[in-house]
Amino acid sequence: MTRKQRRLTLIGLAGLVLASAVGLILFALSDGIAFFATPSEVASNPPPPERRLRLGGLVEAGSVVKDGTEVRFAVTDGKAAIPVHYTGMLPDLFREGQGVVAEGKVDGAGLFQADTILAKHDETYMPKEVVEALKKSGEWRPEAAAEGPAPETVTR
Amino acid sequence: MIVELGHYALVLALALSIAGAILPLYGALTGDRRLMAVAPSASLIVLVFVAFSFGALTHAYLVSDFSVRNVVENSHSLKPLIFKISGVWGNHEGSMLLWVLILALFGGLVALFGNNLPLKLKALVLAVQSAIGTAFLAFILATSNPFLRLDPAPAQGRDLNPVLQDIGLAIHPPLLYLGYVGCSISFAFAIAALIDGRIDAAWARWVRPWTLAAWVFLTLGITMGSYWAYYELGWGGWWFWDPVENASFMPWLAATALLHSAIVMEKRDALKIWTVLLAILTFSLSLLGTFLVRSGVLTSVHAFASDPARGVFILVILCLFIGGSFSLFALRAGTLAQGGLFAPISREGALVLNNLLLTAACATVLTGTLYPLALEALTGEKISVGAPFFDMTFGPLMVPLMIAVPFGPLLAWKRGDLYAAAQRLFAAFVLVLATIVVGLALAGTSKALAVLGLALAVWLITGSLCEMAFRVKLFRAPLAESVRRASGLPRAAFGTTLAHLGLGLTVLGIVASSAWNTELITTMKPGDTVEAGGRSLTLDGFLPVSGGTYSGTAARFTVREGGTVVATLAPEKRLYSVQNMPTTESAIRTFGLSQLYVSLGDIKPDGATVVRVYWKTLVTLIWIGAVVMALGGALSLSDRRLRVGAPKPARRGAAVPAE
Repeated sequence: MTRKQRRLTLIGLAGLVLASAVGLILFALSDGIAFFATPSEVASNPPPPERRLRLGGLVEAGSVVKDGTEVRFAVTDGKAAIPVHYTGMLPDLFREGQGVVAEGKVDGAGLFQADTILAKHDETYMPKEVVEALKKSGEWRPEAAAEGPAPETVTR
Repeated sequence: MIVELGHYALVLALALSIAGAILPLYGALTGDRRLMAVAPSASLIVLVFVAFSFGALTHAYLVSDFSVRNVVENSHSLKPLIFKISGVWGNHEGSMLLWVLILALFGGLVALFGNNLPLKLKALVLAVQSAIGTAFLAFILATSNPFLRLDPAPAQGRDLNPVLQDIGLAIHPPLLYLGYVGCSISFAFAIAALIDGRIDAAWARWVRPWTLAAWVFLTLGITMGSYWAYYELGWGGWWFWDPVENASFMPWLAATALLHSAIVMEKRDALKIWTVLLAILTFSLSLLGTFLVRSGVLTSVHAFASDPARGVFILVILCLFIGGSFSLFALRAGTLAQGGLFAPISREGALVLNNLLLTAACATVLTGTLYPLALEALTGEKISVGAPFFDMTFGPLMVPLMIAVPFGPLLAWKRGDLYAAAQRLFAAFVLVLATIVVGLALAGTSKALAVLGLALAVWLITGSLCEMAFRVKLFRAPLAESVRRASGLPRAAFGTTLAHLGLGLTVLGIVASSAWNTELITTMKPGDTVEAGGRSLTLDGFLPVSGGTYSGTAARFTVREGGTVVATLAPEKRLYSVQNMPTTESAIRTFGLSQLYVSLGDIKPDGATVVRVYWKTLVTLIWIGAVVMALGGALSLSDRRLRVGAPKPARRGAAVPAE
């Protein structure tokens, strides 16, 4: 093999690896990501059932119904409330009237089937996405939030 | 008073770092040997000052000095001693101080033990280290000063975040920082080589032990963090592709690549420019990791607080160092001489393939981590990139790499024989085929993917053993001959085998624990029994627990295997009173290499509780494998070739006397 051929082999190999990496990324980006949405957005513009969403807002007071490991509650931003269904253990800091992010899909009946629940990690913290959802709907009260440690995730 | 002295020492360290960055650099550029000689002493004195400063902060924590704001915010007089100490770095300000302490420590080590380095190279390396130190000391003093006082001083502190009050978290950050910051040394060597305009095999021989040491610490740090998340967060996962985990994983991938390309450079004098580029990349990714974690652009357990001023400051540091080093690379890389030639099928070729796949995998992780940030900045649309993305991108790139791993060490330098290498791996081929056949017969085609995963793990494990067996002529020569050969092999050879074996063990653990696990989430009352992993768990009852700043309830489970009691488990639900924060403490019992894992949900007044029970087959291998990898690295580090010191490079023209 000449020097030139060796170099071409090397460049070809590098190009191949790079191209497959780019291909994989593009393929995964169309499928492996979740979009953030507020309850108002979901209510006014229901997403297709295969789209993964992160729904952020407050746990509506009085909406939590626990039945063994099954939980139903509503996530609200003050304008609209979306019913959520989740099976599994809730984060330690999941409470009514507090910030929450639910990840999952909206099913045919308009029920949000969550497979992951994120709750705030201490008394004062609110997930960034929830803050913005509340700001959007005009329900934001700055005194209710402060800096703090991060959200806690629970996956089923 | 001690606090003020610590503060003052930090200011002095900053002033000295500035001097230690500028004077030796100027000296190296003008050939002034007196100015170059400033570098080692400046580095050592900076180390003394930073160490004193860190000691002063630790002292404030130990005596619970609540006139210091940082202590108030993160400590409590009733906290156990170990967590008072770990509280020093369990917060933003303290952890940045630890970062700088480790940076100064590495600088000091080069100053002390780098006597066989040419004066100019040593001065340049230390100047770059001092420049990094300057940036981070300025950052601490300007935006994150841990020595600020509070007046009036409160009587009690606010306690450390309870999930951080854990022995795993006491060790995790220092290990990880030793790894992160250790990468700064190879970065400094790379910059020094670019400024100096020369680079040779001896350079690689200096860089390799530093990279190896950093890699070992990074491996252990990531492993520790993963195990911590597994047992402390109470939901049984060990890797979440969380941006902050990725922030530590990317430098690890780059450092692994650097480790391998430095071998090529050391042995064959090839891949010089690429090695320098990788050294810059690795540290750039460490800096990026620091930025992602510290700036608060990401929310995670690690983002202690988000302050825009800090984010902007670190972003400036980031642009300065990454931009600066890449510009220097672009300007000077062409002046570095090209090295030896090699055929595509050769040890060098295999290492190039390793580098290509590792950097491509690293790029996919980088994309997945930064894409949501970029998208939000550009379009305002918010997305989250989770595990599915990384499974689809990172996984497929790792598979060819792992298939290639056993071949690499069996190929000869310059020109290898793939067929001969395959012959030497014959035993591994047979075992892989046996795994696939037996696995499919027992587990059925529904688990085909998992069986292939197992086969990959078997391939890695037996492949690395085959390579060692070939080297010592096991079974092909009398045993005494094999032992003699083994004792004659350099430790680095065993290091390679061990590290590749560890990778195989980790893969085995990942595949087995995700394909053959039992997961139950159910409501239990005292007296109820559930089955998991061939064992039965009975909830006996609840008892109160308390300690330090928490109180809570423990549930007692009896584990029976065929009627006999084999273990009791006591997962807890705690409430940390100071921060009014509930936490879940899981209970884990190891059987062989597998684990039974129990954690609690809310306990209702009638005694019913939601219980999460996992049986995870061979799960401990995930971390054992990583520790074996780190052991391999450490063994390689103790190799005589690296310990005794590199030979002096060939001198050019007027010889530069060594120190």
